[in-house]
Amino acid sequence: MFGAGGGTSSYREVEEAEFILLWGSNARAAHPIYFHHVLKGISNGGSMYVVDPRRTDSAKFAETWLGINVGSDIALANALAREIIRSGLHNTEFIEHSTTGFDKFADHVEPYTLDYAASATGVDAGAIEDLAHRYAMAASAQILWTLGITEHHNGVENVLSLCNLALLTGHVGRWGSGLVPLRGQNNVQGGGDMGALPNKLPGFQDVDDAAALRKFEAIYGVPLNPEPGLHLTLMFEAMARKALTGLYIIGENPADSEADVQHTRDLLRGLDLLVVQDIFMTRTAELADVVLPASVGWAESDGTVTSSERRVQRVRPAVTPPEGARHDHEIIGQLAERFGASWPSSTPEELWDELRSLSPMHKGMTYARLEQGEGLQWPCPDLDHPGTQYLHAWLWEEDLGGRSPAPFSLTNHEGPKEKLTPDFPLRLTTGRVLDSYNTGVQTRGYSSPIRSGVDLEISHQDAQRLDLAQGERVRVSSPRGSVEMTISIDKDQAEGLAFTTFHFPELVDLNVLTNDQWDPLSGTAEFKAAAIRIDKLAGTSSG
Amino acid sequence: MADLKFSDAEPDDQERAVVDALVQQPPVIRQSERVVLGGIRRADQARHLLLPGLHGLNNARGWISPGGLNYLAESLQVPPAEAFGVASFYDLFELEEPGLPGPRHHVCVDASCALSNAAEYAQRLRSEGQNVHEGPCLGQCENAPALFVQARNSEALDVTATKEDEPKFNTQLANRLLRRFGVVDPGSLGSYRSHGGYQALETALAIGGEETLRLITDAGLTGRGGAAFPTGRKWQAVADQDHIHKYVVANADESEPGTFKDRMIIENDPFALIEAMTIAGVTTGCTKGWIYIRGEYVTATKRLQSAIKQAYESGFLGANALNGAFTFDIELRQGAGAYICGEETALFNSIEGFRGEPRSKPPFPTDQGLFGCPTIVNNPETLINVLEIVNYGVESFRSVGTADSPGTKLFCLSGDVAQPGLYEAAFGLPLNELLNTAGVLVGDVQAVLLGGAAGSFLGPQGLDLPLSFEGTAQRGATLGSGAVTVFSRDVDLWPVLVRLAKFFRDESCGQCVPCRIGTTRQHEVLLQIQGTAPQESTRDLLSDLSLVMGDSSICGLGHTAASAVQSAFALGLVEAET
Repeated sequence: MFGAGGGTSSYREVEEAEFILLWGSNARAAHPIYFHHVLKGISNGGSMYVVDPRRTDSAKFAETWLGINVGSDIALANALAREIIRSGLHNTEFIEHSTTGFDKFADHVEPYTLDYAASATGVDAGAIEDLAHRYAMAASAQILWTLGITEHHNGVENVLSLCNLALLTGHVGRWGSGLVPLRGQNNVQGGGDMGALPNKLPGFQDVDDAAALRKFEAIYGVPLNPEPGLHLTLMFEAMARKALTGLYIIGENPADSEADVQHTRDLLRGLDLLVVQDIFMTRTAELADVVLPASVGWAESDGTVTSSERRVQRVRPAVTPPEGARHDHEIIGQLAERFGASWPSSTPEELWDELRSLSPMHKGMTYARLEQGEGLQWPCPDLDHPGTQYLHAWLWEEDLGGRSPAPFSLTNHEGPKEKLTPDFPLRLTTGRVLDSYNTGVQTRGYSSPIRSGVDLEISHQDAQRLDLAQGERVRVSSPRGSVEMTISIDKDQAEGLAFTTFHFPELVDLNVLTNDQWDPLSGTAEFKAAAIRIDKLAGTSSG
Repeated sequence: MADLKFSDAEPDDQERAVVDALVQQPPVIRQSERVVLGGIRRADQARHLLLPGLHGLNNARGWISPGGLNYLAESLQVPPAEAFGVASFYDLFELEEPGLPGPRHHVCVDASCALSNAAEYAQRLRSEGQNVHEGPCLGQCENAPALFVQARNSEALDVTATKEDEPKFNTQLANRLLRRFGVVDPGSLGSYRSHGGYQALETALAIGGEETLRLITDAGLTGRGGAAFPTGRKWQAVADQDHIHKYVVANADESEPGTFKDRMIIENDPFALIEAMTIAGVTTGCTKGWIYIRGEYVTATKRLQSAIKQAYESGFLGANALNGAFTFDIELRQGAGAYICGEETALFNSIEGFRGEPRSKPPFPTDQGLFGCPTIVNNPETLINVLEIVNYGVESFRSVGTADSPGTKLFCLSGDVAQPGLYEAAFGLPLNELLNTAGVLVGDVQAVLLGGAAGSFLGPQGLDLPLSFEGTAQRGATLGSGAVTVFSRDVDLWPVLVRLAKFFRDESCGQCVPCRIGTTRQHEVLLQIQGTAPQESTRDLLSDLSLVMGDSSICGLGHTAASAVQSAFALGLVEAET
């Protein structure tokens, strides 16, 4: 990658982009607010193509939907790259000036012919060729993606293969062009920005960067651990080894959300101490030794959130938290006091100003400035800086802003770790629906007229072959476990593919089935590809 | 498109075939199992097929079944609720299975037909076991009482329009626009050409767009639909627009009660309309024309279809027509029984596959008309005047009529008229001379409704009115569409007024509250006071309704919905029954 930490482009840019490539994302359902910007782009004359194994609600808005096999993203991306190069549609001037490793990359993608990609992805060669030409020839083009790209055993490689396309065509660092991972919560971006990552300090400064660490130590007044921490998946591995015996969880529900969830619950139960800080009594909280009731970030707390376009905005409490619930920063401050550290009590603004003194990209964002207009987009390094609409403009500067050129990455098509077998012949993938949210902790309390439940959606071909009827209860098994589910036959579903949501763990323990094979680079598990089998329940027959 | 939830209702084979034949380029194309073309733009481009699709479905089974509607909506990716909203907007579409199996018989009960015992006629048909619908004017007032039979599988018949062998028209007072009536064979392009047809187009091509526009502007041609907007200015505005798509629309949705001139033009001289539209296209840079014709005009539609076909076959229409001289296409759209669709922006919405509700102006059609593109919209009478101007020149055109209203005007005479029919007369002719020509005993006239339901009444004292735009304006009247409905002394005008109010109540699209409520209240009040001497408070109420509708409705329907009633009260035409 040629930088870290955030989507390159502003929301407004997708409204003005000529070409929008939505890849591995059902933003219509999962990012409905962002998708409004996409719809504006389409209505302004932009063209959208969607790459997704399923013809999702988002895909139905696309000029062309390419229904690839689950986990064949790299085969497609590399074939697009090869076709762009072969047709001479790559931006040679940009490549020469702003990138490195092009020749190796060109050699590397040479085997990814249209025919090869067609067989690997299941999509007609003509549609792949068309996509390559449309993307490359657009005056401005963006690639948007979400978990369909990242929730694979090789999610980082998937992302890199998309970055290659942007480098090849110069569709980055310019207005309207870019690479945009969509964030699942209003403040995921802010969480990462604030250093809630095992190897990063606030403002994406590396933990093992001694100079950065010294700066923080000077302000915090304590020595800091220079070793990067563990990401979630490694934490569970450490728990399994009993190397990690105490866990403090803030606002996460791994007892429902992790892949191979039975295993996860066993590990949580085996801890010496589990502390959970949450606004709901989640399944994880039920396993905890101590539960710390927190206030609701968007309704009861004062502070800031940062959206997918790196825009920092003020939030203010609308209601008072119920008795006993406290703001996260107060809980943490009180804990520190119990541990014998005496932190001065601080307002959110004082904490923010401390951050500004430590994180250069936030330095210019005073509360006073954030309260004017519509917030500010980082990087915003000084008080006069207007904020940054899109990242990586340096790629187009004469001296590259003093940086090194951006490297092409060599990625290989592998497919999902869990191969289909005669015992588990169907591919299960998971996703989100419009009116539910993640493990349902925040949405199951509300009724919805469009809630479709937790059916297993399969193609009519598979339904016919397996003699399954609409609404039939079946047993669904993966190598890790099995659950009972209800069949829903979806006429848009590709043959061999099964889909369901994971919003209703209380109804179906879906992550019993999913694969916890994870990406060594990101620590994200392969939620998007498990191998399953569907068995009729004993004594039922749809005939 | 995403987010659309279609029902499980299934079409029958006939409905499926109708829709499949119509939707040649569906918004969703499954290229293969894994590649599907779709999206909003493709759906937007297909949406205009909704109205023809509804016609096809209604035509196939005599009604639009839930399965047929669902299949059409899904094929076009129109939200099913919107498809239902459009289908239920129009009078000619049935959304419930009719109780009687036969074709639907529409009997006109508006003024002229009411004078010719339409109510008894309807009753008689009903007693014969027919499926009868008493409705608004069918545009066949010269043959009252009018009947339109809406049968399945395109066997519909505008009975009264076709039953007469000879069209009823009169050229005694002037003979320009009607010069080919009864002379030319409306079914033959060859006949049209041998009677001077397509000379004007050749001239227009020879002198160029700028010069043609100058002719039309200098001739002082104004719109004949009622608003009298200068045609040259309208065309110039569109010619000046630099836009890839520009349209010429012929508004043949002639629905003003008492009006039938455009129907007769199309029935008797269909090529003239096509030629005039083509001239509009080549003059202003439009490459596509649309004709929106009343759904009730079956004969006219058939003749127009045949004429368009012949024009294409002979190279007068299409890409590189007349050996590459120009490109111009014409598409025909049938309305489906909605007076409001004669309002130009409602007409655009109707063509585009939406409910025929008028849009706010501005933007005006010359800026954003059909499909949001610059659009010329004229009615057939206005358009065929262009042929006169191009063929005979400005001087000749202005040689009759008045300085401010040059040329001639078509008048539709019906009601208590000895010789009802279409009359051409120079602008400025006194009304009583026109009435004399049609065999009306002027001394016997109680009232004349000039300009149709949206016009106003004249009493016996007003019959010397000069028939010009400025002459009528001076007396607070309007020529409107040229409808002249005559009521003799023995007619009770109360039921006429009540029917006028009912007409607007039925035809208000309901979009503007003042019009939706106002037309209803006006009708209710008239029903209450019918036959009595109206009290001052009631008169005030009606006049308040008139003011509010006039001030706060967005289109002409609301603006004029009270004008005829108000004029009748002002003239003291209705009094207590004795």
